[in-house]
Amino acid sequence: MSTSTVQPVSSLGAPKPRSDEGGIRTRLAATIAGYGTLAIATCVLAPLVGSTQISLARVFDRSIPFADNVDAQIFFVARMPRVLTGAVVGATLASAGVVMQALLRNPLATPFTLGVSAGAALGAILVITFSTAVSLGALSPVPLASLAGALIASAIVYGLATRPGRAMSTSVLLLAGVTLNSFFSALILFVQYMADFTQTYRTVRWLMGDLDVGSFGPIVASLPLVLLAFAMFAVLPRSLNLLSVGADVASTRGVDVARTQRLAFLSASLATSAAVSLAGPIGFVGIVVPHLVRLMVGVDHRIVLPASALFGAAFLVGCDLVARTVLAPVEVPVGVVTAMLGGPFFLWLLVRRS
Amino acid sequence: MLRADGVSFGYFSEREAFSLSDVSVAIAPGSLTGLLGPNGCGKTTLLGLLCGVLQPHGGTITLDDRPLTSLTRRELARHVAVVPQETHPAFDYTVMEMVLMGRHPHLGAFQLEGPADFAIARESLIVTGTAHLADRNYMTLSGGEKQRVVIASALAQATELLLLDEPTASLDLGYQLEVASLLARLNRERRVTMVLATHDLNLAAALCDRLVVMRGGRVLAQGPTADVLTGSMVQQLYDVDADVQFHPRAGHLTVIPVSRTR
Repeated sequence: MSTSTVQPVSSLGAPKPRSDEGGIRTRLAATIAGYGTLAIATCVLAPLVGSTQISLARVFDRSIPFADNVDAQIFFVARMPRVLTGAVVGATLASAGVVMQALLRNPLATPFTLGVSAGAALGAILVITFSTAVSLGALSPVPLASLAGALIASAIVYGLATRPGRAMSTSVLLLAGVTLNSFFSALILFVQYMADFTQTYRTVRWLMGDLDVGSFGPIVASLPLVLLAFAMFAVLPRSLNLLSVGADVASTRGVDVARTQRLAFLSASLATSAAVSLAGPIGFVGIVVPHLVRLMVGVDHRIVLPASALFGAAFLVGCDLVARTVLAPVEVPVGVVTAMLGGPFFLWLLVRRS
Repeated sequence: MLRADGVSFGYFSEREAFSLSDVSVAIAPGSLTGLLGPNGCGKTTLLGLLCGVLQPHGGTITLDDRPLTSLTRRELARHVAVVPQETHPAFDYTVMEMVLMGRHPHLGAFQLEGPADFAIARESLIVTGTAHLADRNYMTLSGGEKQRVVIASALAQATELLLLDEPTASLDLGYQLEVASLLARLNRERRVTMVLATHDLNLAAALCDRLVVMRGGRVLAQGPTADVLTGSMVQQLYDVDADVQFHPRAGHLTVIPVSRTR
């Protein structure tokens, strides 16, 4: 249990005195403005970096027609889909992490550590491997298969975590996550074994976490799931505050606990499956981002959730920038970068808590 | 008026079996009722039923003649607040944030706390003597401070009824007395009706005007404290021979356990 007596350091414009009247309103506005600026700035600046140097001034130079503006074409056509994918995936994974952590009263819970990402990946890979006509348009079956996988994994975690009378301890829940992860990973390996060689290369690359989606099509295809997830997230935060204090406390304060738990699991599954179907099971975003955000803005979910979504977008786009440039011209899968950052971070959290 | 009429409840698993049968209690407005009995007698279960967290298998529980089942969680939370034995938030909420959570049933889904909510929260902090802790991290407080903050949070809920489950069980003697005098003051000055489950017979004797004593899931007796709290009742409840006497300096009955009789 962490018991630091020091108040978390606030930054990014979020004002510190929390008991101030109307403080929540000001803090929310300042947080969204601060983290929103960061996310937008990252998304505008990230496409400027790459093998070909381009200038922001030329990209937005309206005097040159788009067809002749090479810089604009590289910016919008070649690099923007990848950056936007990073933003969408980062925002959804970070938010899903926040929701899972509050729901299970466990700061180490994320879709990735609980095996929900692996379930989503199995669903997606089944379709990618065995479906003959994989369209990447609005009716792509990949996000739906991914959703089915995520829901099955979530249902298992939900069943384990909400057994009446006996709440799951952190260690048991994490072990259940490890088990689910190995189980789904074994099935994924089996699916790959059944597939032919070129497909296997593609799926291996995808399983490492890859934001290079090629066009705006896949982003559009994932939007229904993403928007539905965020609409559900929007009604949750105050109930999540109470749930993270305790299910019985939440109930006696007027929270419909069962309904909130279902909504939270469903929305986190939607978000996870959208992210996984787009970019593969990218790990650790859901744990690194919410923890950093809590250090900066405190723990109220009404602030933490939007801040994590925006910071998550900036974080994953930033990680992808590193992935694209650190060994250029070779591109490292972004999942490797988040794992290099997140693995040690997770261990540090684990040690600090025990 | 909160009433339970012929309420029964049970659960059975491979590990344990427990049942509550034919429990009828009436909690009058302004009263401070103590709920006494040995471990596993059903005190906590009865509190859970009275606040609607548990649903009775038989009988009815009514609040001002309306069955609890006809009220939503939100409506019920505007009338009944609960102080659990211990509260362990998963994250480092500040004291003010913890207390403001009491405003939940009074706020719309997207509504943020306004000046009125802050005023109630601040007043609750002042009443419980925790105003100076407002910006502190809840988890860094002492046991007595935590319990007073949780009581402040329940007060911010602005309910006429407060159910407390062994609120002093994990506290040392000094904090026990502190919380006890706070509860007495809230009951006297603010007319908060309270039901207090406790193992501490002397605390019950000092605070409660009525007692409900339970054993094995049944109500053995209920009535004014002076009538119910007797040596033979302590004997029946705990198999303990005890002296129950009026203590002139304390101004209430005291229970001195002498020996185990079984």
